[in-house]
Amino acid sequence: MLNKYPLWKNLLIVAVLGIGLLYASPNLYRPDPAVQISGESSGTQISAREIDKITAALTAADIDHFGAEADTSGKSGLVRLRHADDQLHAQKLIQRALGDGYVVALNMASNTPDWLSGLGAGAMKLGLDLSGGVHFLLEVDTDAAIATRLEHYSTGIKKKLREERIRGFVRLGEQGIIRGKFSSEENRDKALSVIRKEYTELTAQRVSAPEGEEAFYLEALLSETKRKEIEDYAVGQNLTTLRNRVNELGVSEPLVQRQGRNRIVVELPGIQDTAEAKRILGKTANLEFRLEARYDAEPSDREQFNFRNPGRGEPNAWLEREVVITGERVANAQASFDENGMPQVSITLDSEGGALMHRVTRHNINRRLGVLFIERKSRTRYETNAAGEEQVVRVPYDEKKIISLATIRDALGVQFRITGLDAPGEATELALLLRAGALAAPIDFVEERTVGPSLGAENISKGLLSVQIGLAAVALFMLVYYRVFGIIAVVALAFNIVLLVGAMSLLGATLTLPGIAGIVLTVGMAVDANVLIFSRIREEIAEGASPQHAINAGYGRAFVTIMDANITTLLVAVILYAVGTGPVRGFAVTLSLGIVTSMFTAIMGTRAIVNLIYGRRRVSKLAI
Amino acid sequence: MSEEKKFIRFMSARKVAAAFSLAAVLASILLIAVKGLNFGLDFTGGTLIEVIYEESVPLQEVRNTLETNGFESAIVVNFGSDTDVLVRLPQGLSPTLGEQVLSALRADSPYDVELRRIEFVGPQVGEELREQGGLAVLLALIVVLIYVAMRFQMKFAFGAVLALAHDVVITLGVFSLVGWDFDLTVLAAVLAVIGYSLNDSIVVADRIRENLRGMRGYSPVDIVNISLTDTLGRTLVTSGTTLMVLVALALVGGEMIHSFALALLVGVGVGTYSSVFIVASLLVAMKISPEDLVVPEKEGAELDELP
Repeated sequence: MLNKYPLWKNLLIVAVLGIGLLYASPNLYRPDPAVQISGESSGTQISAREIDKITAALTAADIDHFGAEADTSGKSGLVRLRHADDQLHAQKLIQRALGDGYVVALNMASNTPDWLSGLGAGAMKLGLDLSGGVHFLLEVDTDAAIATRLEHYSTGIKKKLREERIRGFVRLGEQGIIRGKFSSEENRDKALSVIRKEYTELTAQRVSAPEGEEAFYLEALLSETKRKEIEDYAVGQNLTTLRNRVNELGVSEPLVQRQGRNRIVVELPGIQDTAEAKRILGKTANLEFRLEARYDAEPSDREQFNFRNPGRGEPNAWLEREVVITGERVANAQASFDENGMPQVSITLDSEGGALMHRVTRHNINRRLGVLFIERKSRTRYETNAAGEEQVVRVPYDEKKIISLATIRDALGVQFRITGLDAPGEATELALLLRAGALAAPIDFVEERTVGPSLGAENISKGLLSVQIGLAAVALFMLVYYRVFGIIAVVALAFNIVLLVGAMSLLGATLTLPGIAGIVLTVGMAVDANVLIFSRIREEIAEGASPQHAINAGYGRAFVTIMDANITTLLVAVILYAVGTGPVRGFAVTLSLGIVTSMFTAIMGTRAIVNLIYGRRRVSKLAI
Repeated sequence: MSEEKKFIRFMSARKVAAAFSLAAVLASILLIAVKGLNFGLDFTGGTLIEVIYEESVPLQEVRNTLETNGFESAIVVNFGSDTDVLVRLPQGLSPTLGEQVLSALRADSPYDVELRRIEFVGPQVGEELREQGGLAVLLALIVVLIYVAMRFQMKFAFGAVLALAHDVVITLGVFSLVGWDFDLTVLAAVLAVIGYSLNDSIVVADRIRENLRGMRGYSPVDIVNISLTDTLGRTLVTSGTTLMVLVALALVGGEMIHSFALALLVGVGVGTYSSVFIVASLLVAMKISPEDLVVPEKEGAELDELP
């Protein structure tokens, strides 16, 4: 009998290996250390003028650089450096040359050729334990968001019952239950129907009075789905806010992502100053509602502010110094349309905010109310210290700009709206700014991991070294123990690593230190399939089978064992992925991908080579 | 196959092996219960700061610096080299602690202090990670039990799962005995041990199943012996190559991956032993016989035809 693979199988193997090589290849192009610049506001264009400034500054300081260019959209620019040590120095120089208003971030510029990136190929992303940087896990206090909302409901119900002239006593009790007490059954039932009609998100029901009390009670509470909705909203809003704030930090590839029910992961590669990062991420309220100053107001009582989006008429306006409410009181802001189909923004305040707003606005109808958006920025100053070294001093300041100035038509309460907007887009942006200015719920830092750049680089080099040593040891052993078949197994092992790296790059998986350990372990375990097959072939030969028959039977009989053994390991890897986080997931990913690729190379790959060597001729003896 | 096969009588040592395993498992459980595991930051919560001094510094000096700055409860040790200093603070303190410690160390040192890493884990996160870890191990064992019971037979499933539990407990026992740090990566390693040891057990069980079906004229005990002899070469080679790469990882992989490599080294060693002695012994003890496998599995027969 002859061992021969049909043409399509050989072609399939060649195709898979080709694709594997193609997608693994970007990892060979080492990225250049680079500095990336972009405008602080989205309107800033990066043009040849900025690029000239940068190159001039770098040339003057004798920093080896090349390939400075603005990207085609004009939103950002990049300059590559020859030496990674120059990166921090270059960042300072560029910041200084451009002045404030630009974000200057450290970056690694990809060197993948265009035709490869065009195919969607790119190098593996490095986890923070390899690249260096900060990982934060933030917890959103969703209970606080729910409590705020409940308070708002309970105030609303009280007000509604007063309007409907239903006498009773309503208060927010423990565990988020709103309790109502009435003197007559009729009042209680009327109140119940009002609550059910007006507050569909609450589930209200009659409850019996305590023993010996002549009263009628009802209870209303938030449904589980509504609670979940409020939680989702709070987390979603915090995500938006955090993304905006992360942008202030000047990080080239930040990650802000929800994790689980109420947690947010923030990963900032390359950031070392964790204190600054925490300050910016954790800051609160940055909206102020203030009345427009009267013409005859004392100069000490008024302040002039610019509009954030000037364009219509006035570039700036005078507001009173006194703040009506701050962003902490804003519970929600949503863009919608009024009864005439004009865009508007509906704002919901908490009860305290509503009361304050009401008190101020009812006496000020027909005056204008301004909303200030406050961003914390910093100005850079350069000072020479006693030792004659130049130091960079960042002076933080608040930039306050008007995002809305609208006439008060009526006394405002918990809920009001801003109308007179020109376009739906304007309403959406205003709502976004209002929400971004207020954190929906307080956030806490529950986990932090900072890895310095030197440790990251060391982890990479040590990890690679152990892969190399492990591979060399296994290869040597296989050659000695299985001779020609050993060479075949080692070739398959090498292709296994190529496929694994290619698959990880293609899937956009992140390489972490435990991930490298997973590759090392894969190297050790991937030969298992070949060991199983080869010992079966040896057994068959020992029992007197012909070489061709031994090869066929060896592969055939080992296959079931290999499948069973690998599927169970794969199941464990999947569990590891499901319950693990961060680096552990990285390990689970490499382990499971490694199992799949090793099955392909160790079974189909080696069989194809064996068939090519032994398949088409009479063989009297196998070198195994 | 009429001729007399040569094989090693592994099963004659099974009572000794069983006694040994039982003793090792009991000792491990006792150790874990009494001495406990040296849980790392991931599970206890707290703050950890690793720095590198330009020149080596006496640890006592670092401790003094921390004490004068109000961090009395700090644990200070060298990590890897004598310029590398690790400071660990218990839970219940604020998330900004890392920076405070770092600036205190910098202010008080005549040398340059380079930050290697700061880790802060909130107490609640630590507790959750502990729970999730235990859950993961249990879940893995249950899934394995179901899969092996489906693909093989209940007796095999019990054997395999008991062998896995044996490996996990002894690995944990060794960690408790030596006092190595038990962190998230070690937990990942323990799960990988489950995967690896299972791989071994399945290969052995697969051969026992095959021989039970195909060989006539041998007692079940001898069939188990023959199967173990058949797979011994493979078991040793695969464990050998895996141990080789793990030694490389433990020696040059760096401090952050050291505990991980140690856990796997212990686990793979114990796993190799257990696949020979635990799974097979248990099958013999449960009186495995060809009758247990009378219903032929269609799926297996089908798979046999593939390459």
